[in-house]
Amino acid sequence: MSTTGSYLIKGARVVGADAADLLVENGRITGVGSSLQASGATVLDADGLIALPGMVDLHTHLREPGREDAETVETGTRAAALGGFTAVHAMANSSPVADTAGVVEQVFALGQQAGWAEVRPVGAVTVGLAGERLAELGAMADSRARVRVFSDDGMCVSDPVLMRRALEYVKAFDGVIAQHAQEPRLTEGAQMNEGAVSAVLGMAGWPAVAEESIIARDVLLAQHVDSRLHVCHVSTAGSVEIIRWAKHRGIKVTAEVTPHHLWLTDELVRSYDPVFKVNPPLRTDEDVLALRAGLADGTIDVIGTDHAPHPSEAKECEWAQAAMGMTGLETALSVVQHTMIESGLIGWADFARITSAMPARIGRLAHQGQPLEAGSAANITLVDPAARWTVDPAAMATKGRNSPFAGRELPGRVVATFLNGHPTVLDGKLNTPFADGSAGQAAGQPQAQSREG
Amino acid sequence: MSMPSPAQSPSSSRVVLSEADIDRALTRIAHEILEANKGSRDLVLMGIPRRGYPLACRLAAKIAAADPSVSAAAIAGQLDVTMFRDDLQRQPTRPPYPTALPAEGLDDKVVVLVDDVLYSGRTIRAALDALVDLGRPRIVRLAVLVDRGHRELPIRADHVGKNLPTSSVEKVRVRLAEIDQVADEVVIEDWSE
Amino acid sequence: MKHLLSTQDLSKADAVRILDTAEEMAAVSDREVKKLPALRGRTVVNLFFEDSTRTRISFEAAAKRLSADVINFAAKGSSVSKGESLKDTAQTLEAMGADAVVIRHWASGAPVRLATSGWIDAAVVNAGDGTHEHPTQALLDAFTLRRTWARTNGTASAGTDLSGMKIAIVGDILHSRVARSDLWLLRTLGAEVTMVAPPTLLPVGIDGWPCTISYDLDEALAKRPDAVMMLRVQAERMNAAFFPSAREYSRLWGFDDRRLAALDDHGLSDTVILHPGPMNRGLEISSAAADSPRSMVLQQVRNGVSVRMAALYLLLSGESRSTARSQADTPDTVPAAAGTAPTEENAS
Repeated sequence: MSTTGSYLIKGARVVGADAADLLVENGRITGVGSSLQASGATVLDADGLIALPGMVDLHTHLREPGREDAETVETGTRAAALGGFTAVHAMANSSPVADTAGVVEQVFALGQQAGWAEVRPVGAVTVGLAGERLAELGAMADSRARVRVFSDDGMCVSDPVLMRRALEYVKAFDGVIAQHAQEPRLTEGAQMNEGAVSAVLGMAGWPAVAEESIIARDVLLAQHVDSRLHVCHVSTAGSVEIIRWAKHRGIKVTAEVTPHHLWLTDELVRSYDPVFKVNPPLRTDEDVLALRAGLADGTIDVIGTDHAPHPSEAKECEWAQAAMGMTGLETALSVVQHTMIESGLIGWADFARITSAMPARIGRLAHQGQPLEAGSAANITLVDPAARWTVDPAAMATKGRNSPFAGRELPGRVVATFLNGHPTVLDGKLNTPFADGSAGQAAGQPQAQSREG
Repeated sequence: MSMPSPAQSPSSSRVVLSEADIDRALTRIAHEILEANKGSRDLVLMGIPRRGYPLACRLAAKIAAADPSVSAAAIAGQLDVTMFRDDLQRQPTRPPYPTALPAEGLDDKVVVLVDDVLYSGRTIRAALDALVDLGRPRIVRLAVLVDRGHRELPIRADHVGKNLPTSSVEKVRVRLAEIDQVADEVVIEDWSE
Repeated sequence: MKHLLSTQDLSKADAVRILDTAEEMAAVSDREVKKLPALRGRTVVNLFFEDSTRTRISFEAAAKRLSADVINFAAKGSSVSKGESLKDTAQTLEAMGADAVVIRHWASGAPVRLATSGWIDAAVVNAGDGTHEHPTQALLDAFTLRRTWARTNGTASAGTDLSGMKIAIVGDILHSRVARSDLWLLRTLGAEVTMVAPPTLLPVGIDGWPCTISYDLDEALAKRPDAVMMLRVQAERMNAAFFPSAREYSRLWGFDDRRLAALDDHGLSDTVILHPGPMNRGLEISSAAADSPRSMVLQQVRNGVSVRMAALYLLLSGESRSTARSQADTPDTVPAAAGTAPTEENAS
């Protein structure tokens, strides 16, 4: 099949280490070494580039079904591929909500049809994200989508009994509850981080304690029922402290931070430009530094983009009327390079851990996040770390124009992305989607990628 | 609200009226005003900010000196015309100056408008409009220290200190001790390149 | 000055200039013909997304006294309530020829958004936005206070500031756009400000503000303020547990008859009481206090028109939207200042 041809990547620095050649055949990495030869393979000169395991996003809003004006699985996964991602977890707050096997299978199939990245649906924890009764978690886990991550993201599972039951129940199929930690009563009408800036701007504050109190409760619940908890988009210094404490006690908690929370602060809200309106809100410098430190020391396990595209009218309005969220797939690598690598906090090996290995492990994705060595699935991202580019939302593949980084110059550029041995991105541009020759047949497979083995 | 700063300096300038010349001219105008009015009865001198006002005060003092029945303070006033200008949209924002009327007001008075330089006539046009909102004078006359020509409206002065033929690239500067803290003088500046 | 959005970005020179201009406008209001032709042919739109008859008619009177055409656009019952966006509404108004948009909005920052989004070219005047700012209210308060302070000091008010004046602002600071605008402006003008409120009605993050904080109104009055500004308190706040009851609020933070008498006991014969209105008599202020000779409430209303005339005049006159004429003679910025740039009649 043409989609699984042979490629010889010459002279890439593998995960930032010494230069080596990578041979890709039939969807697998078949060789890593110096001066590899392969007749008939397409040769890619990767001199100066870094080879990374394909990035995996635990937190993506693809909007389909229901809000195809904001994003579709097709456009969102194009953005993912261009951003260096080979897998994304599609959040459940679509319309209808992904709270049944039918919806998650639909999203899964749309991802396979698109072929730009592996799309793993996240199942809703509660029916309609209403926080009242559990969705059919088992049915979603057993579906063709094989859901392992469950989240009411956008809403907090605030009822402690419901949260306890969810944590317990997903143990049956090795699932994880990804909590959007936001105490609802403490954040009624909240518009931005509560602090010095909100005081001046006269906007209802979103206190750090609203996030931290839920995280504190949830890590104790996770400990009590011995289940896996994942904390979405950690945004405060206090949250990092609580998670560090919980990990120290051996609680099975993992945590995620978004690229924007590693850089931007509530000072930007002074413009009242809703492109900076996001949930959780942008916090302070102190929080940004604590998040970076937590990510560097492993307290925070993964980068999650919380890619949240919106149509322009949802942001071209008053702050209070505007939708919350920022796009992130096409800027994540650059922002993390800028905030974490160029600041000296982590190296590229750590980058691979937080953007690929750990998110794949949390999401239980067998064919993602593997080390770049012979035998691994060929999910590879080639990055030019020396490149500099200026963010232009209009030039992005996502339908969302709501990038908070618009106009900023960022380091690092994705040159190529390989999904199951097929280049979805070449020379920094979309190439062709991965196709296995029979979309209908693929939809019938529990995992499309398994057939590449 | 910031103002552009005057960018360059003139290529040349010459003094056309000295302190003594100005005083002589004002003395003559004061006498002309009294003569035209056949005395000081009902006279009010309304100076146009900024430099018309000190000139009106000086004229009032000279009139009071000639006619002891007159109090200089009682016949001099200030008339701000800023809000009545026809070039508000073409100029940097001008904050208004105070308007101060003599105690007896303007109704049925003989009002002499006083300004430093008469040029296009537009300031006087604005002053006539401003007067209408303040009262109904019996007669309005105009006294200026310098008439430099180039009128754009059918307006002429009744009393002129000095007629100064100028070209439009020239500027006429009037400096008065009360405002400029230098000795009185009138200068013509050449702003041609 | 292209827009008037906030008092935080107002320099002292600008603030004094607005207040001085307002003094001249106030003089016009005392004349028989209370009208100036300065804004003839210009259109001012009052765009109100929130009911405020007082503020609207004050702006309307101000614009009309400057001969501007006024269009009132209340968002209630209009296309705005049918889902038309702020952007479309503003662009529609500009297409109808609005030179200035006076906007009142329930959402903090809406005027800033309108001014900085590039949707329209018109000058934007913030007539109160959410719990953010209400700059013309602050200017009228400052105008009223400046006249009071000048009288106390036996000077004329034009050209002066509030240096040394002690002002207590009392009440719901958390939800008050007036308190914020007042604080920034009064500080810029040199006053010392104390904020007095129950801790629940002070914003988190207030510690960085240039003022003293007090939970005790009696203690604040004992510190001999020259003016006390009472803020409106909405009784509904008690439903959100900001305070236990209206009675308790009134007892602890209301300006009641006992506190009115305390001003006399402290020998504060010149201390005045302000309130932005509308007042809740019996809640944050007693009738005796509201109607006492110390009360500046009606002066505030009167001064509001003068201050808004000054703001509209300074925003809408001038060459902001036409090409600057660098060769034009520049009139002096502040009338009181000695002339450095000699003027001649009809310079251009």
